Amino acid sequence: MTSTGCRYILICSGKGGVGKTTLTANLGIALARQGMRTAVLDADFGLRNLDLLLGLENRIVYTAQDVLSETCRLEQALVKHKQEPDLALLPAGNPRMLEWLKPEDMQKIAAMLGEIHDIVLIDCPAGIEDGFKNAAAAAQEAIVITTPEVSAVRDADRVIGLLNTRGIKPIQMVLNRVRPKMMANQEMLAVDDVTDILALPLLGLVLEDEQVIVSTNRGEPLTLNGSNSPAATAYGNIARRICGEDVPLIDPSKVKQGLRAKFSRLMQTKIF
Amino acid sequence: MTLRDFIDKLLRRQPASATTAKERLQLVLAHDRSDLNPELLEQMRKEILEVVSRYVEIDLSEGDVSLETEDRVTALVANLPIRRAKVLPTQAAGTDAPESPEVSQEAEETAPVSEAEKETVAS
Repeated sequence: MTSTGCRYILICSGKGGVGKTTLTANLGIALARQGMRTAVLDADFGLRNLDLLLGLENRIVYTAQDVLSETCRLEQALVKHKQEPDLALLPAGNPRMLEWLKPEDMQKIAAMLGEIHDIVLIDCPAGIEDGFKNAAAAAQEAIVITTPEVSAVRDADRVIGLLNTRGIKPIQMVLNRVRPKMMANQEMLAVDDVTDILALPLLGLVLEDEQVIVSTNRGEPLTLNGSNSPAATAYGNIARRICGEDVPLIDPSKVKQGLRAKFSRLMQTKIF
Repeated sequence: MTLRDFIDKLLRRQPASATTAKERLQLVLAHDRSDLNPELLEQMRKEILEVVSRYVEIDLSEGDVSLETEDRVTALVANLPIRRAKVLPTQAAGTDAPESPEVSQEAEETAPVSEAEKETVAS
């Protein structure tokens, strides 16, 4: 890829609905807040939603495809966020696109974004087919997001295998929708179980949080309005870790400190 | 094994669903990563047992050939308790091999021996 100092980070999961787009939107805002010139590239042009989560759905005029076909300049296609001018969105294409993009097109567009940004987040479509291959072609490193559920972990494993063969690294993991109470009762895969199985370093833990739904309803990511809900804090911390800051991970077993939680923790003691 | 798992086992209760989930995942991922389907694995298991039992008498009820994964490396693990070494037909039919009776006796005394064969399949 290009020799500029820009970082190209793929956000992928394999399975749909585990929180790729929500993570991309929140990280985009949080990174821009830290002064990083950030671009979010929606590589999911069939079912694009990043615009909706960022509240920019009415401002899209052009797409990456228009830039590639020289219908417009890159600056015209980029949609600047109202409150965070350091954040720009670029949709890869629209659902009615006649010609599908190729991996080379994605590389070209990412390189163009890299010239005027410090970081490019690529929101990968679900699945491991062409959409994934296109998005991965433009990336140098990856964040795999998964949830503590068997189907999500299995799909994440497939994606990690594909990223490895492409030489994309580092690959880090975000564990989303963690329910501390269920984990304490051993009714949900533990954080260590997932990190052991997938053998990836943990970039962040996001607790299950109703505020995520509220924020998507409004098209205002949680990191935008200084919310201190659990998920907002987690997204903020992930952004700081991406920038190299050493922020300790939360311990889900210490989230609820009642007598029951203490008992549950005792029951989880490894005896052999 | 956690304290909870231990108590569940004592009371013969169903294990915690997280434990079941982990076990199921490890198994399915071992298959996914090695691209071996269960039938192929079963066939391979049969053939391995067949070959091994040609040389040594193994405890088929205790024997186990499975895929295990750790740190994204898949290993084929065969755990085959040996009852006793067989007197090989070539040795039995040929000139009285001086060492073969000794070997079989030794094996009998030390049985069951667990043999772990590990073969790394692509990570």
